Amino acid sequence: MIPLLKVDSLKVSIRTDDGTARVLDDVGLTLERGRILGVVGESGCGKSTLIRAIMGILPKGASVDAGHVWFEGENLLVFSEAELNGRIRSSRIGFIPQDPLLALNPVFKVGTQLLEAMRWHAPDDGTRGRERRRRHVERLVGLLRRMQVPDPETALERYPHQFSGGQRQRLLIAASLACAPTLVIADEPTTALDVTTQHQILLLLRELVGEFGLSLLFVTHDFGVVAELCDDLCVIYAGQTVEAGPVQAVLQAPAHPYTRALLACHPDRAASFVGIPGRVPSPLARPAGCQFAARCGEAEPRCREASPPQARARSGADVRCVQYA
Amino acid sequence: MKPILARLSRDLPAMLGLGVVVVVLLLAIFGPWIAPHPEDASASHLLRRLKPPSADFPFGTDNLGRDILSRVILGARGALQIALTVVVVAMLIGVPLGLVAGYRSGWLSETIMRVTDVVLAIPQLVLALALAQLLTPSLESAMLALSLTYWPFFTRIVYAETRRLSASLFVDALRGVGAASPRIVFLHILPNALSPVIVRATIGLGFTILVAAVLGFLGMGATPPAPDWGLAIADSRTYLPRAWWYATFPGLAILITVMGFNLLGDGLRDIVDPRLRRSR
Amino acid sequence: MIATAPPIVSVRDLSVLLGGRRGFLRKPVPPVAAVKEVSLDLREGEILALVGESGCGKTTLGRTILGLQRESAGEIQFDGAAVSGLRPDAARAARRDIQYVHQDAGAALDPWWSIGRTLAEGLVIRGVRNAAERRDRVAEMLAAVGLDPASARRYPHEFSGGQLRRVALARILLLRPRVLILDEPTSGLDMSVQATVLNLLLELRERFGLTYLFISHDLSVVARLSDRVAIMYLGRIVETGATKALFDRPAHPYTRILMAAAPRLAGRQAAEALPVRGDPPSPTAAPPGCAFLDRCPIGEPGCARRVPQLIAVGSEHRVACHLASRAANDWASYGVFAGQTAPVGAARHG
Repeated sequence: MIPLLKVDSLKVSIRTDDGTARVLDDVGLTLERGRILGVVGESGCGKSTLIRAIMGILPKGASVDAGHVWFEGENLLVFSEAELNGRIRSSRIGFIPQDPLLALNPVFKVGTQLLEAMRWHAPDDGTRGRERRRRHVERLVGLLRRMQVPDPETALERYPHQFSGGQRQRLLIAASLACAPTLVIADEPTTALDVTTQHQILLLLRELVGEFGLSLLFVTHDFGVVAELCDDLCVIYAGQTVEAGPVQAVLQAPAHPYTRALLACHPDRAASFVGIPGRVPSPLARPAGCQFAARCGEAEPRCREASPPQARARSGADVRCVQYA
Repeated sequence: MKPILARLSRDLPAMLGLGVVVVVLLLAIFGPWIAPHPEDASASHLLRRLKPPSADFPFGTDNLGRDILSRVILGARGALQIALTVVVVAMLIGVPLGLVAGYRSGWLSETIMRVTDVVLAIPQLVLALALAQLLTPSLESAMLALSLTYWPFFTRIVYAETRRLSASLFVDALRGVGAASPRIVFLHILPNALSPVIVRATIGLGFTILVAAVLGFLGMGATPPAPDWGLAIADSRTYLPRAWWYATFPGLAILITVMGFNLLGDGLRDIVDPRLRRSR
Repeated sequence: MIATAPPIVSVRDLSVLLGGRRGFLRKPVPPVAAVKEVSLDLREGEILALVGESGCGKTTLGRTILGLQRESAGEIQFDGAAVSGLRPDAARAARRDIQYVHQDAGAALDPWWSIGRTLAEGLVIRGVRNAAERRDRVAEMLAAVGLDPASARRYPHEFSGGQLRRVALARILLLRPRVLILDEPTSGLDMSVQATVLNLLLELRERFGLTYLFISHDLSVVARLSDRVAIMYLGRIVETGATKALFDRPAHPYTRILMAAAPRLAGRQAAEALPVRGDPPSPTAAPPGCAFLDRCPIGEPGCARRVPQLIAVGSEHRVACHLASRAANDWASYGVFAGQTAPVGAARHG
C-alpha cells in the first residue's frame, strides 16, 4: 500500500540578498496511514521550509529544484494554486500552527474565522446556504466539545483574547479537523505552552489520531515530545534527512552521530552539559561531503570528500552516514 | 543591516527623489556660478521684457526682462535655506519635548501632549498666515511662523517612539545595570527614535518649500527683488495669458523639488520601517 | 557545607501588587497580587531554582528582589541589611550587587550599539574612567564567557541565540555582582546550545563566586542544575526543598503534576495515568483557600476554607498543602514514582 505522504529527495533553494541558499538539500520522509511522524531538527535546519513546501506555500524567491511530494499518490508539486486551495489545503491536509495567538485575527470572532475556512474548504454534502452553515456550526461545536473547550456552544461567539493559550490551541486543532482531512501537519504546536498544557495537548492529539483516522506530521525540536507522542521519527540536519525510523528503535540505538549528539544533550540523558561544538553550516555555503562532518566526533577524511550514502542501520533506521555504508 | 544607500538603490522612485534633492542642493550651493545671468538676481532689463523661451533665455524672461532660468536656479538657495532652517528649528523644539513627554509620565507629559494636540488641530497654513501677518512680512518671520507650526509633528513621532522604547527590554536592562535617566534618554532612546524623525524631516523639507512658496505668493514671505519661486508665480499672474513661461518654470521648480523630497522621504520610510524590512 | 552558609538574600512575607489604576474619567482597575507572602532565603554560593508556569509570579518575584519592581509588603535583606521600603532609585542602588539576566537576551541589548560599547557602558556607569582599562576588561570578560574578544565590534543582530546569552552574561558579570537572577536562561535555545549555556553558568559560578536565583519552568534542567528548588503557584511558594529530596519525594500534588507532565525520553507510559485538568489560572481571579484546588486531583471541599501554609515534611523540605501528610502515603495512585525523574547530583558540578 502506498504511504499517505512521501517526500522524495526534495531540494528547495531560496534567493536572498547574499546569494542562493539551499535550504532543503535532499530531504526525504515517509508517513504511513494512521501513524504519527515526528520531524526533529534544530533551528535553521529547514523544518519550516519543509512544511511550506508540502503545503505549497513557499515564500517568494523560493524554488523547488528537485524531488517530489507524494500525497495519496499524487505529486503535490505539480498542482496549481487553485487546485491546492480547492482540493488539498484544509480539505485534505489540516494545519496546526506554532503560535495560536498569531494564527487568529484578534478583531474577529472565533466562529467567523473558523466558519469562513469551512465555507471554502469543507466537502460538499449537497446542502447550500443556511443549511450548509448550520451543519458547519454543528460540526464545529461538536469538535470543540471533543477538544474539551469549555462552553463549546458559546465559544464561537467569543474573541481570541478571551481564551487561554491552551484553549486557543484547542480551537485551532478543531479548525484543522473541521474539513475532515486525512493528514494534519503540526508545526511545534506546544512550544508556546506551559508544560501541563503541553501534556494535555499531546494526549489529545494522540487520541484524535485514532478517533478520526488521521495521520499526523509533527514538527518539533524536542526529543521528549517525540518520545511521548510519535510512532516514527525523522531527524533533519542542515536540510537533509540524516536518520529516519521507528521512535523506539532510534531512541534506543541512535545510529547517526548527530542523533547521538543531540540525544546526549537532553537533560534526561546528559552525563554532563556538553552540547555540540560548532555551528550548523550556512545554507549559503554548504560544505562538500557530510554536512555534519565539521562537528562530528567520529568524522574521517572520507566524510569530507563525498556525500555519505543512504544506508540501513542495525536498528532498522535509514541513516545517512559512511559508518553504515 | 546593509548600508542605507545600497538598499535605497533598489527603490527607483526613491533614487529619483535622491537625484532631485542632490541637484537642488548643488544648485543652491553653486547657483551664482551656474546661472547664465547671475546679475539678474536684482538687475532689470526693460528692453527684453517678457521674451518667450529662446536659445539665449531657455525659460524666457519676466516682466522686468530678467532671465527666468537664472532666477529659478538662484531661487533654489532661498527655498532650501527656508526649508532647512524651518525643519531644524522645528526639530530642536519638537524632539526634546517628545522625549520628555514620552519618557516621563504625569502632568508634564500630559501638558506637552495636549498643547501638541491643540497646535496640530489648527490648519498649519492658517496658523502660519496668522503669525506671519502678526509679524512684519519678511523671510525671517515666515520661517519663524513655519517653525512654530511644524514642531508638533516631531513631538508626536518622538513621543510615540519614546513610549515604545521605554517599555522595551533593552531600556529595562539599562535600568537594571544602573544607568541614569539622561543616559538612557539621550544615548539610547534618541538614536533609536531618530529614523522616523529623519523620514518626517525629509518630507517636511518638501512641504515647507511648498508652504514657503504660498507665503511668498501671498506676499508674506520673501520680498522683491529676491529670486523666490513663490514670489515669481505671484508676479506672473498679471501676465499669465500672454507669458505662459513666466509662471510655468518657477511652478515646475517647486513641483519637482517638493516631489523629490517626498519620494526620498517615502523611500527612507520603507527602509527604516522595521515592519517592511525584509527578513533574511 | 552549603546548607549552613548564611543567606545572602533573605525575603520575608513579600507581597507585590501589580498594575491597578484609579484615574480621572477612567474605569478604575484593581491591582493584581502577583506575589503573595513569599519567604525565601538565598544562600551564598547556591543555585536556587524558582519553578512555575507562566503567570505564577516567578518573574515578578525576581524583579522585586532586584529592585526594579517595588514590593507592596514584606522585607528583603541583602547581606544582613534591609534593602526594602526604599524609593526605586535607592532600592536599586542598595542592590547593585544583585543583577538580572533577561530571558530574551537579544532584546535586552540596544540594537544601535556595538557589543563592546554596550559592555563598556556598565563600567562607565560604575565610574571606570580609563578607556583602555575598560577595553581590556571587556575583552577579558568576552573571553571568559567563551566569545572571541574581537566580537566586541559586532552588533547584536549578528549573534546567534546562544551567543547572545553569553553576551548578556558578560555584560552583567563586568559589574562584579554577587547574586545573579537568571530568567529562563535556556528558553528558546536548541538542546545542543542549551547544554553549553548551562555548562558555562556552572563554570562562571565557580570562577566568580556567584549565587544564582534560577527562574525556570523546565524541571529537567532544574533537576540537574540547582541545589534547592522552590515551586510557585499563583503567587505563592507551594513547595520548597533540596533538589534531590524534592524530586525524590515531591509532596505537593502540583509538583507531582509538573514532574509527570514534562516530556521524557523514556516515553509516555507513566505520564498518561496522571490527571491534569484545566489551564494555569490567571492571578486576576484567584480562588479562595488553596489556589490549586480546582485542578487538584486529590482536593477536598475543605481545602477552599483557608490558604495552606508551608509546613515541614523533611529536613528543609516544606510544602503548603492541607493534605500533604495523607498524600505522601498514597503515592502510587498518582502514577508518579520516586526516581522517575532524571538522576540528580551526579552531573551537577561537572
